[in-house]
Amino acid sequence: MNIALYESIGVTHYLVVAALLFVIGICGIFLNRKNIITLLMSIELMLLAVNINMVVFSVALQDLVGQVFTVFILTVAAAEAAIGLAILVVFFRNVGSIAVEEIGRETHMEAAK
Amino acid sequence: MELPIATITFYILSIAMVLSAFAVISSRNPVHSVLFLIFCFFNAAGLFVLLGAEYIAMTLVIVYVGAVAVLFLFVVMMLDVDVAQMRAGFLKYLPVGFGVAALLFGELYMVFSALSVTEISSVAPAHAIPEASEVSNTLAIGRILYTDYIYAFQVSGIILLVAMIGAIVLTLREKKRSLKQNINKQLSRKRGDALKLMKVKSGEGAS
Repeated sequence: MNIALYESIGVTHYLVVAALLFVIGICGIFLNRKNIITLLMSIELMLLAVNINMVVFSVALQDLVGQVFTVFILTVAAAEAAIGLAILVVFFRNVGSIAVEEIGRETHMEAAK
Repeated sequence: MELPIATITFYILSIAMVLSAFAVISSRNPVHSVLFLIFCFFNAAGLFVLLGAEYIAMTLVIVYVGAVAVLFLFVVMMLDVDVAQMRAGFLKYLPVGFGVAALLFGELYMVFSALSVTEISSVAPAHAIPEASEVSNTLAIGRILYTDYIYAFQVSGIILLVAMIGAIVLTLREKKRSLKQNINKQLSRKRGDALKLMKVKSGEGAS
């Protein structure tokens, strides 16, 4: 049994920290609607919160599968960040800004043509 | 009463993590946001070590700090971002953002306070965590990952490959001034593309 759990800090403590991280991520999505880079970082924060939940339950239930799935989540998060930033770079190269409104305008223009 | 060292470490790490996460979403400069994100990941790695999940902690440091956050840093520094324009609407969305966040946290907290891990743990684990003194965390994960989860592992490798190819294809720019020989283009040339026969009257010239 792990030392860190059940002696002084319980599962709930970790879950509350992960929940705080998750809601901070959601808050960041609301607050930085214009800034796609910070938006992507908020998504990374939320994924980190989910990872913490996975590992905490893995340790609490003494089941290693949770940690294995955390590895898969890490993989998908890395792929998502790479693709998202690549799209961002291409968009910046074509439009000259990364404002979210510009993205919508561009698609409308494409639809009008 | 003396506080155990694990408790103190937990509180230091989690407070630093939550504060730096807050700094990520609220700092004006995106570069500062990325640096706070890196700090946040380091603290999360510390929490994982505290939980006894060393492999995940080290992977977090290598993958997130070493690759993802540095990628973010590259992009932020490469793009010339207008920070003032980006901040527009920050205060406008502040009440609704905090409202939704507080509501969600309240809901999650209610779930946690009703949660009983001992009830769930009556189910036998699919792969029990071995004693840390006998088998290390990394070895235990490897034994599962390469046997029972080999297909999922392969699929995650394919996901990374697709992401890599996608990122390269998206950002690849054909160099305009490159003098590379394109054999396919050369061979597919027709006579009509390059040659034009004209009847030119003497003394007027071709136009």
